[in-house]
Amino acid sequence: MAEASAIDIQIDKRDTAVVVSPKGDLDMSRSPALRNSLRAVQGDRPKTLVVNLASVEYMDSSGLATLVEAMKNAKNNSTRLVLCAMNQKVKALFEIARLHHYFNIVASLDDAIGS
Amino acid sequence: MSEKPHVRLEMLSNPLYLCGARELVAAVAKRLSFDEMACCQIALAVDEALCNVIRHGYERQSDRPIWLSIFPEGPADKPDLLRIVIEDEAKQVEPDVIKSRDLEDVRPGGLGVHIIKEVMDEVRYEKRGEVGMRLTMAKKVGVSDSAGSAPSSASCTGCNHG
Repeated sequence: MAEASAIDIQIDKRDTAVVVSPKGDLDMSRSPALRNSLRAVQGDRPKTLVVNLASVEYMDSSGLATLVEAMKNAKNNSTRLVLCAMNQKVKALFEIARLHHYFNIVASLDDAIGS
Repeated sequence: MSEKPHVRLEMLSNPLYLCGARELVAAVAKRLSFDEMACCQIALAVDEALCNVIRHGYERQSDRPIWLSIFPEGPADKPDLLRIVIEDEAKQVEPDVIKSRDLEDVRPGGLGVHIIKEVMDEVRYEKRGEVGMRLTMAKKVGVSDSAGSAPSSASCTGCNHG
């Protein structure tokens, strides 16, 4: 029986940054796909990695865990990881988990590329 | 608590169905006059509780049963509290050992219990007879300001299919 559902993840290059843009809910069934994509991208040690959350309407602690792991990998690789364009519900989750100060969070993709 | 749940869902311990459970509880809470933020919080708490059952209780077996029951409480025409009970047949643990972890230790995982306690007004774990665990959690109507700064206008169905 399937336990993970597909998630649309777009990966783009913007100058020296790689932008990973998942689309849909990031819950326990979908976070593994994002984790795999982030691990693959981080294998190339990009200078900047942007996770564009503009199309993520809902996230639970599985999504948070995926991003914490990505942040730890980024620190090990000297990659600058930036989260951008999260909605208020997702932002509230980061605040509940006291993780909003752990990440570099900006309002828009342009801010992430230019920051 | 009234004896008979107003809504009862039996589901398999498969993460694919988290979305449906979230959508159900959010829709019921909305109909019972919880504001949008509270609906989001209740859906999130249910999601985290189900994840914990799947991940820790059933050790990711995807074909085990989970029961979710919803009990509105208070005046019949205007309930002022929503009680949600999640039961399983997973391995039993002492309720006292189910607690939040130190958030200063930033690492992946282990946030579910903290999130549940943060967004719900009552949270109680107990053993369920000879087998399984029971989580009872409740939220009062009009109490939704404990989860940060999300605005009450935020749309929330508990599930987005994109």
